[in-house]
Amino acid sequence: MVRTDYRLTQLDALEAESIHVFREVAAEFERPALLFSGGKDSAVMLHIAAKAFWPAALPFPVVHIDTGHNFPEAIEFRDRRVAELGVRLIVGSVQEAIDSGQLVEKRSSTAGRNRLQTPVLLETIERHGFDALFGGARRDEEKARAKERVFSFRDEFGQWDPKNQRPELWDLYNTKIGNGEHIRVFPLSNWTELDIWQYVERESVALPSIYFAHRREVVARDGMLLAVGAYVTPAEAEEVVEELVRFRTVGDMSCTGAVVSSARNPAEVIAETAVTRITERGATRADDRTAEAAMEDRKREGYF
Amino acid sequence: MSGPAEASPSRRRPGDILRFATAGSVDDGKSTLIGRLLYDSKAIFEDQLESVERTSRDRGDEYTNLALLTDGLRAEREQGITIDVAYRYFATPRRKFIIADTPGHIQYTRNMVTGASTADLAVVLADARKGLVEQSRRHAFLVSLLRVPHIVLCVNKMDLVDYAQDTFEEIAGEFEGFAARLSVPDLTVIPISALHGDNVVTASENMPWYEGPTLLSHLEHVWVAADRNLVDVRFPVQYVIRPQSAAYPDYRGYAGKVAGGVLKVGDEVMVLPSGFTTRITAIDTADGSVDEAFPPMSVTIRLAGELDVSRGDMICRPHNQPTAGQDIEAMVAWMDERAVLRPGAKLAIKHTTRVARALVRELHYRLDVTTLHRDEGASSLELNEIGRIRLRTTKPLFTDTYARNRATGGFILIDEATHRTVGAGMIL
Ligand SMILES: Nc1nc2c(ncn2[C@@H]2O[C@H](COP(=O)(O)OP(=O)(O)O)[C@@H](O)[C@H]2O)c(=O)[nH]1
Repeated sequence: MVRTDYRLTQLDALEAESIHVFREVAAEFERPALLFSGGKDSAVMLHIAAKAFWPAALPFPVVHIDTGHNFPEAIEFRDRRVAELGVRLIVGSVQEAIDSGQLVEKRSSTAGRNRLQTPVLLETIERHGFDALFGGARRDEEKARAKERVFSFRDEFGQWDPKNQRPELWDLYNTKIGNGEHIRVFPLSNWTELDIWQYVERESVALPSIYFAHRREVVARDGMLLAVGAYVTPAEAEEVVEELVRFRTVGDMSCTGAVVSSARNPAEVIAETAVTRITERGATRADDRTAEAAMEDRKREGYF
Repeated sequence: MSGPAEASPSRRRPGDILRFATAGSVDDGKSTLIGRLLYDSKAIFEDQLESVERTSRDRGDEYTNLALLTDGLRAEREQGITIDVAYRYFATPRRKFIIADTPGHIQYTRNMVTGASTADLAVVLADARKGLVEQSRRHAFLVSLLRVPHIVLCVNKMDLVDYAQDTFEEIAGEFEGFAARLSVPDLTVIPISALHGDNVVTASENMPWYEGPTLLSHLEHVWVAADRNLVDVRFPVQYVIRPQSAAYPDYRGYAGKVAGGVLKVGDEVMVLPSGFTTRITAIDTADGSVDEAFPPMSVTIRLAGELDVSRGDMICRPHNQPTAGQDIEAMVAWMDERAVLRPGAKLAIKHTTRVARALVRELHYRLDVTTLHRDEGASSLELNEIGRIRLRTTKPLFTDTYARNRATGGFILIDEATHRTVGAGMIL
């Protein structure tokens, strides 16, 4: 008599798992916050968070670590989403930290300001006393991420110790921490890039316009197409061309590359992604290519 | 996202998720097999392949080592071993797959238990030249202890035994005999060559005598929806939603993930520990109300009447209740290298959404995971040891046996001083 066809589609199962994670954190932590970059993963994360607590409002603020080198489209999008949801936005500014002399910026054409985000992020966490931070990282993005827990413990210095992670069984998350420690929580751990796009399409999740094809002046550098603008000045030998492009991630403008594309909506992006043979980060993030273990090193220090 | 509407009709379309764990001794070819699955299903990207080719060349390997695709952290790459559970993803038009890639070393039982805890299926590898070794038995035992409903034994490196049917049959027969002593509901044995691809994604031309499915085809078709408990209604309350807003002044919903059974609007239910009975008036999601909810859906339930219900409470049916008690009999896998488990130890226990303190009353025996021998003289459990214990908790837990429901039968133990997750328990 028991029906056996009770099953969830891939996207429904992933969404249910993410919702469970959001609620677990809201129930067990005092001061959670959601890290929001304006990128597609954090847009999806925010969308699911809103669903997890519906019809109540989000029970935590949104935090943005602003490099000062952001795409204006991403900032605009951030402000719009925050206003729509009526949540509090907390901005940690890399530029301010540089201006006040707290941070020193190294001159380097490809590294960008990603590494400088870490101290600002940790300072923001400390100042607000956050004990849990949601991040939009996915395990399929990068090798070091593949081994990170959904609830990832950080010590008083914000550091991740890959050799000393808590075993994670069933859906029972260990939320215990001491003073000054915190947990990074990754509700999208089990999503792939394709899942994200299919979900964006199904749920009509709004994204910054730069995710879709548009004309832009770019310059080819280190095998990537960089957007010419305030943060990328073409060198003498470099040729500026106008191309139809889109961005696959939204990072620091100085080191996030575009791909040539004519995809104008999620369905067309999915069609393109289905035949793409280069991973998201490899194609478009100079910061991850510097060393084979670049991400692992940054994560140990406390990066997202 | 506002107002009740019909939930999306896509909810029951095929294209679900299969989670599987892999286990094998060092050098049985586990990394090669996973690399092969990812590669042949086109989940590997050019830059990943390039990076692996580069690393292979730097290390002086004579061929491109597909195994490197799955070696994550630098420490591991340097030591050339896999040290922790890593998760991999690939999809075919039929299904999405989540692989919990667990290392096969003797000292890492912890990782296998972790990987198997969420797995629908386990792939155990054996080297055709060596047959079943101690490790294979250990892996099969752990997988059955964690109640992974489906096991696949891949007899690998068939190319090195001339694809001989009798070699395969012998190993398969021995494993089936062993599995019969464990509670393995569904066992499949497949002869493969991970290196050359035989019977991984495409059927082998070298083994015409084998008529079963390839590994991928089996993974795509194995039926897992019925593995969840759809009989005993269990809804651990995770979070109470009270908007107290102008639009929803009186809304009070109990949010959580269905742990068992099928909940329906109108059902009479009981709330534990209070024992009050009431009715489900609505099952809400942000996409609108639904008529029924089943595992592993995350929903919000509304109940008739004014009740005092909070996180940690359990909603069930009046005539089908979990066991409510403070004395817990369980098998426990100890996972900490610093502390040991001894009678008298006090720990925190997390079971569904309920957290309590627990006292280890008794250690009945330690189990040898290779021989299944019970050592009743054991006085402690160390890292990677498994034993049967009795716990006394500070408040009642609402449990089922782990064999009946993995979601309401499993728990974790946490050291109150170090906050480390030190044990995983399966209720008997
Ligand atoms: N001949 C042959 N060699 C294999 C096969 N599968 C794996 N190997 C080799 O066995 C060795 C160990 O494989 P690896 O995947 O690293 O094993 P792991 O330790 O289980 O991950 C490597 O040299 C592989 O090339 C196979 O099917 N046939």
